[in-house]
Amino acid sequence: MPKAKRALLEISGLKVEGNTGEEWVDIVKGVHLTLRRGEVMGLIGESGAGKSTIGAAAMGYARDGTRISDGSIDFDGIELTTASEGEKRALRGSRIAYVAQSAAASFNPAHRIIDQHTEAPLHYRIKKRLEAQEDAMDLYERLRLPNPREIGFRYPHQVSGGQLQRAMTAMAMACRPDLIIFDEPTTALDVTTQIEVLAAIRDIVDQFDTAAIYITHDLAVVAQMADTIKVLLRGREVEEAPTQEMLDGPKEDYTKSLWAVRSFRRPQKSRPNGSEPLVSVRNVDAAYTGGVKVLDQVSFEIYKGMTVAVVGESGSGKSTAARVITGLLPPTAGEVLFGGDPLPPNYRNRSRDQLRQVQMIYQMADTALNPKVRVNEIIGRPAQFYSGLHGVKLKHRVDELLDLIELEPSRFYDRYPPELSGGQKQRIGIARALAADPTFIICDEVTSALDQLVAEGILKLLDRLQEDLDLSYMFITHDLATVRSIADEVVVMRNGLVVEQGGKEEMFRPPHHPYTDLLLSSVPEMDSNWLTTLLEERGVDNIGDAATV
Amino acid sequence: MRDILGLVLKRLGLGLVTLLVISVIIFFMVELLPGDLAQAVLGQGATQETVEALRQELGLDRPAVVRYLDWLSGAVVGDFGTSLISGDSVGDAISDRFLNTLFLAAYAAVIAVPLAICLGVLVALLRNSLFDRIANVLTLTSISSPEFFLGYILIFYLAVKTGLFPAISSLSGDMTFGELLERTFLPALTLVLVVTAHMMRMTRAAIINLLASPYIEMARLKGAPPWKVIARHALPNAWAPIINVVALNLAYLITGVVLVEVVFVYPGIGQLLVDAVAKRDFPIVQACCLIFAATFILLNLAADVGAILTNPRLRHPK
Repeated sequence: MPKAKRALLEISGLKVEGNTGEEWVDIVKGVHLTLRRGEVMGLIGESGAGKSTIGAAAMGYARDGTRISDGSIDFDGIELTTASEGEKRALRGSRIAYVAQSAAASFNPAHRIIDQHTEAPLHYRIKKRLEAQEDAMDLYERLRLPNPREIGFRYPHQVSGGQLQRAMTAMAMACRPDLIIFDEPTTALDVTTQIEVLAAIRDIVDQFDTAAIYITHDLAVVAQMADTIKVLLRGREVEEAPTQEMLDGPKEDYTKSLWAVRSFRRPQKSRPNGSEPLVSVRNVDAAYTGGVKVLDQVSFEIYKGMTVAVVGESGSGKSTAARVITGLLPPTAGEVLFGGDPLPPNYRNRSRDQLRQVQMIYQMADTALNPKVRVNEIIGRPAQFYSGLHGVKLKHRVDELLDLIELEPSRFYDRYPPELSGGQKQRIGIARALAADPTFIICDEVTSALDQLVAEGILKLLDRLQEDLDLSYMFITHDLATVRSIADEVVVMRNGLVVEQGGKEEMFRPPHHPYTDLLLSSVPEMDSNWLTTLLEERGVDNIGDAATV
Repeated sequence: MRDILGLVLKRLGLGLVTLLVISVIIFFMVELLPGDLAQAVLGQGATQETVEALRQELGLDRPAVVRYLDWLSGAVVGDFGTSLISGDSVGDAISDRFLNTLFLAAYAAVIAVPLAICLGVLVALLRNSLFDRIANVLTLTSISSPEFFLGYILIFYLAVKTGLFPAISSLSGDMTFGELLERTFLPALTLVLVVTAHMMRMTRAAIINLLASPYIEMARLKGAPPWKVIARHALPNAWAPIINVVALNLAYLITGVVLVEVVFVYPGIGQLLVDAVAKRDFPIVQACCLIFAATFILLNLAADVGAILTNPRLRHPK
């Protein structure tokens, strides 16, 4: 058989079980997968779809608390389900490599990057140390890392996230594997950084004709990377098709619902005539200890009943602005007005009523809710603190709040947060903010940890609550799709400065500020040629520059 | 690097302040003891005149604060006064004894620390195996038996029954180093048995704690064999807690050896302290306490510096 036609990886009837603490349950329920040499397959699905587990299984690896219970995994003639630990280990790093979601966490903090890179080639005696280092530098250069001859000698914490992610891709290439598993390699990155990494991954996979499994929950990303796409749902395959075919005409309803998810869009509201802004941030400077300035003359206004989205990359100062408004970080200059009156800079000096007016909803509902406290107490406490409710009245209020967030009071009143799904937890977070009966809520990346369908539910809920309760939102996000769906006005921040602000419609219509343009054009689109076209437009050499400016 | 030096100096300064506070506590605790020192030294038969005379000679008629400052200024230059019983300089009485104690501590540490860390790595590697459980039971047994009991058991088996090692660790000036090692082997072994368990269990826990880290999974997926995952990827990140426990145990080797010294009649500082307390020889008691406090402070400082030096984020700032 010609080499190109032979399947490199053949998975059939794969079942993987996970231990819930009490019993073993199926998390992958009979999946088939065929991958030929040089082919890239995208695995896509929401959390719990089993895509990451399948990726690990392709290396014959089962994470702690999971086990491969059935099926066969044939890698180039080696049956991984029956192979010994030693045989499987001999494949890992040499013929099958892995690129993890968070390079910052997956590089060992105790060793230099290049020493981690050369570990596998030295271990397998493929290369001598100097040779392996030389090869690492060559790969760093191909992946367009800055200072390719020097960067490897740094420790992981001395290198930025996007660069680390590329260094990890280089590391995966160290032994020139036949197959690389990419497990959400760009999920933790900003859109502008994501592009460099996507381009780098695609180049290197092309150059060495490596086969890859690309795992992600982002359709637009997978459209750029994969030859074929396989959609998964709760451990089962929904459908598989070549990328273009899948984009043009998904067959299954579930796939269609995934495709349609970015469709929620609310018309833009305009500022109420002649009224004062509800929140007004005026010329605010802020710095953290150490004196590094993180906000520089930041000004924006939020009117009653409106949603202002504050967008920017990590480090742009958007969350710091929220901390200044809530009084957690007193500004070094400037002031915050609420309903026309200045708010005391430090929350300790604010009256209970001032505190009540401004509430927050956090990104990670997991960590923002105390896992040992029942739902009714989580919601009841602020209601009691701010409104002085007790006994039956308090219970009524909690029921009312649960109704508001569309969770059945009788079912959820006594539950603990760990018993709830991600979306339900985030709803509890919303109810807790509402319990204070505020007029203004700061939503800090509230949907970015959620799957798209769930996130859309949360956005719709927030929108309805705004109508019903006449709330104003400051919506912090790095996701422009979210901005498009929910915002009335947009504030674009970068390096602590506001670079552009205005109504949503005009913001999405050219001409843009160059930085807004960079942000907008960096959002992956559902077009398999998007990345190629974009790179041509920008000129390949500018990719690195674009993100490092 | 300059940051680290500054940090060390700051810690050292704080350590000195701590030591000063401890010296106040030590001095005035002795003051608070009931009864008159001169009376106690001379016994019931002393006349009023002789007691007065001794009080004058010891300077007990002066205010406590003055005597404290006097004592402190002497202690700074190594002069801890004279023994009430023998009349010899406290410094002389202590220095030989302290060197003996340091020798025994070093002897035990040289065996115990590498042993504990190697065992810790080994049981982390073979976690939940039979070896892990046996090592756990044995070390727990040794840590929970009183050291004098361990000492007597070792004497019974290794000295009385088999005669491999001497039961009594008396020292004399003309011994060779080899003889010294042989003569002090049993007390050193007792101490090793006492401190190994703690350090081994901390090494195991610190390593296992890291095994869920993404970089450990990455190492496994790069094909690193299990021993390499532990030794190269987990251990370098586990040093901070291990070093802290090692320092605590080293301090114990110096300050907690009283019972072992008594059992083996070893001329260390612990024995001296016990004698001094029994005889109300307070200058010696005070000096010993101050030395113990300084030992604790220095070893804790060393642990902090060690933890910093093993943290690449602090060693190689951005």
